[in-house]
Amino acid sequence: MKLLEYQAKQRFAAAGIPVPPGRLARTPEEAAAAARELGRIAVKAQVPIGGRGKAGGIAVVDTPDEARREAARILAMDIRGYPVRSVWCETGLSIDAELYLGITLDRDRRRLVIIFSAAGGMEIEQVAVEAPERIAKLWPDPFAGPHPFEIRQLSFAGLAHAPELHDRTPKLVTSLVGLTSRLYGVATSLDALTCEINPLVLTPDGNLVAADGKLEIDENADSRHKDIAKELARDETGDDGRSGDDPFEVEARKRGLTYVHLDGDIGCIGNGAGLTMNTLDLVKQHGGEPADFLDIGGGANAERVRNALEMVLLDPKVRGVFINIFGGITRGDEVARGIIAARDELHITKPLVVRMTGTMEEEGRQLLEQAGIVPAKTATGAAETIVALTRGESE
Amino acid sequence: MSVLVDRSSRVLIQGITGREGSFHTAQMRAFGTNIVAGVSPGKGGTDQDGVPIFDTVADAVAATGADVSGIFVPPAFAADAIMESAAAGIELTVCITELIPVQDMIRARDFVIRSGHQLLGANCPGIVTPGQCKVGIIPNHINTPGPVGIVGRSGTLTYEVIQGLGQAGMGQTTSVGIGGDPVMGLSFPDVLQRFADDPETRAVVLIGEIGGSDEENAAAWIRETGFDKPVVAFISGRTAPPGKRMGHAGAIISGNTGSAQSKLDALTAAGADIADTIEDVVRLTAVRLGMQSR
Repeated sequence: MKLLEYQAKQRFAAAGIPVPPGRLARTPEEAAAAARELGRIAVKAQVPIGGRGKAGGIAVVDTPDEARREAARILAMDIRGYPVRSVWCETGLSIDAELYLGITLDRDRRRLVIIFSAAGGMEIEQVAVEAPERIAKLWPDPFAGPHPFEIRQLSFAGLAHAPELHDRTPKLVTSLVGLTSRLYGVATSLDALTCEINPLVLTPDGNLVAADGKLEIDENADSRHKDIAKELARDETGDDGRSGDDPFEVEARKRGLTYVHLDGDIGCIGNGAGLTMNTLDLVKQHGGEPADFLDIGGGANAERVRNALEMVLLDPKVRGVFINIFGGITRGDEVARGIIAARDELHITKPLVVRMTGTMEEEGRQLLEQAGIVPAKTATGAAETIVALTRGESE
Repeated sequence: MSVLVDRSSRVLIQGITGREGSFHTAQMRAFGTNIVAGVSPGKGGTDQDGVPIFDTVADAVAATGADVSGIFVPPAFAADAIMESAAAGIELTVCITELIPVQDMIRARDFVIRSGHQLLGANCPGIVTPGQCKVGIIPNHINTPGPVGIVGRSGTLTYEVIQGLGQAGMGQTTSVGIGGDPVMGLSFPDVLQRFADDPETRAVVLIGEIGGSDEENAAAWIRETGFDKPVVAFISGRTAPPGKRMGHAGAIISGNTGSAQSKLDALTAAGADIADTIEDVVRLTAVRLGMQSR
C-alpha cells in the first residue's frame, strides 16, 4: 500500500516530526480557501508516484486567486496514468538547505537501512551514483532500533561533505537524533518498506521540516493496518483505487489473486512464482506471447483454481490458457476439480492445456481425462501445444 | 553423504494440527522422516497418528531431543514460531509459511543467527536428502539419491529440476529450497559452502530468479572461494517486465538491479553453465558428470 504525501505527513506529524501546516483541497475553491488561511502556499498534486514536480504538479502561489487557478490546472492533470483527485496546500517554506532522510529494506544486508544525506532534493538518486560518499547509511539492530550514538555517526558522516553547513552541524545533529528515531518508529510501527522525507528542509531559523513524505506499507502486513487500507479505499486516492491502474489487475486484487497483466494472448497460470515465471518464459521461447502472470500459490484449492481461470479469461485478447502445475503443497486432484468446474460453469470453449505433476498427480490426471481434458506430459510440450493451438485459430 | 539433514535428524513440526501441517506431516513420515514431535499450543499431551504433541518447542525438545523443526503456522505467527524454535536450541529451522511480513522476518532471522543456529526460508519448499529425511513439502516420489546438490529460490522449479534429473538417472545428495522472500535465512553461498564440504556432491544446480542480487552474490562467492565443483545455473523470469512483482515478494526488477541478464552474466563469469530450460539443466548436468543423458 502506498500512502499519498498528505497521508504520510499525518503519520509523521503524529510521531512528532515537524511538517508544514496544510489543508487538503479537492476543488479549486478549497485551495483558494487554504491560501486565504495560510498565505503563501505550495499547491501539490496528490499522486502515489514520484516526479510530479518535474511533471508540473506543484505550484507555489501567493494569493487565493492564484491558488484557485493553479489548483484547477493541477486537478485536471493526469500524471503518468494517475489522475489528480486532490491537492495538498501547505505553507511555503524558506529553504536554507535540502537534506534527505529515508528508511528502506536493504536486501543484501537483510535489514532496514537508514539513509541520510546533506544532498537531498530531486537529484538524490543521481548523487547516490555519482557521489556515493555523500550518502551515509546505518543498519540498525532490528530489536533495539538505532541508538543515538549511531544516528550521530550517521549524521556527521552525511554532513561531512557539506562544508556550507559546517557551522550549523552540531545543532543539526542534535535535531537529527530525535527526528531519525521518530521516523524509524513510524517505519517499524507501520511495517513500512519505504519511509522517506525528501527533501528534509533546513529553514533559516534552524528547524528541520518534512517538506515531502513517502510511505509504502509491506503488503504482507496489510492485515495489521486495516485502518490505512480503509482510508485508501474510502478516498479512492491511494494505490488500490487509482483509476490509472490496469483494470484487470484491479479486478485480480479484488479476487485476492497474484496477477500481472501483460500484452500477449496466451493466458498463463502456474503454482509458485518461479514456475509461473518459467511458464511465461517457455511460451515466449516457443514463439507465443503471454497475456498474464497468475500464480495460484501454495495449497490452492479447487475454488481458487476456478477463480484464477475465470480471471485470466476476462481479458478478451486471451485465445487459450496454459495451466502449469507442479504439486508440492498444491494437490493435483484439487486443481483438476477447479479446472473442470470452471470449464463447465463458465462454458469455456477456448483451448486449455494442462500440465500437471507432483502431489496427487495421478488422481488429478484421471479426473481431467474423465472430463475430456488431455493433460500434457511436459511443460515444454504443453508450451508447444498451446502456442500451436492459439496460433492456428482466428478470433 | 548429504547436507543439513540426514537419517539421524530428529524432526518436530510446528503447526502439526493445521490443514497443511497435518497433510505434510503424513507425507514426510511416508518418506521416512523421523518425526519425533509436534507443537500446537493448547494441544500438548495429545497425539496425532502417534506423534506426541507438545504446547511449546522447549517441551518438545526436552522430551524428544528434536534438532530440526519444520514450520507450518500462519504468517502472522510464523516469525514468533521461528524464534521459539531457535530459542529452544533447534539447530535447523525450516519455515514453509509464505506471506510473512518483511520486518518480522528481519527480526526472526537476526534472532536465529544470534542463537548460533540456522534458518531455511521462509516461503520455501524445505529440504530433502533422498532416502533419509525430508522436511517440507517437496513431493516424495521425485527424489532419488545421487551425486547432485540442488539449491533454489523457487519451490516448484526446484521440483522440476529434481524430477528432470531423476528421470535421467541423476539423483541428489540434498535438495535445498532457500525461498522466494527478500529476507531469508540460509542464502546461496551458505548452501554452496555445505556442498563444497560434502565429498559426495559432485555437481550443483543453482535455480535463481529475477530480483535482488543473491545470484550475483553467489557468483562472486564461487569466484572468490574457488568453488571447484561444476555449477549449472537456471534463472526464471527472463521475460518479466521491470517494476512488476512477479508473485514472490523478492521477484521484482527495480531500477538497474535484479534483471535476469545481470544474473546470467555474473554466473557465466563465475564459470557456471547457463541452462535455458529445465531440459537444458538435465543435459548440462549430465555432461558435467560425464554421463550420457537418456
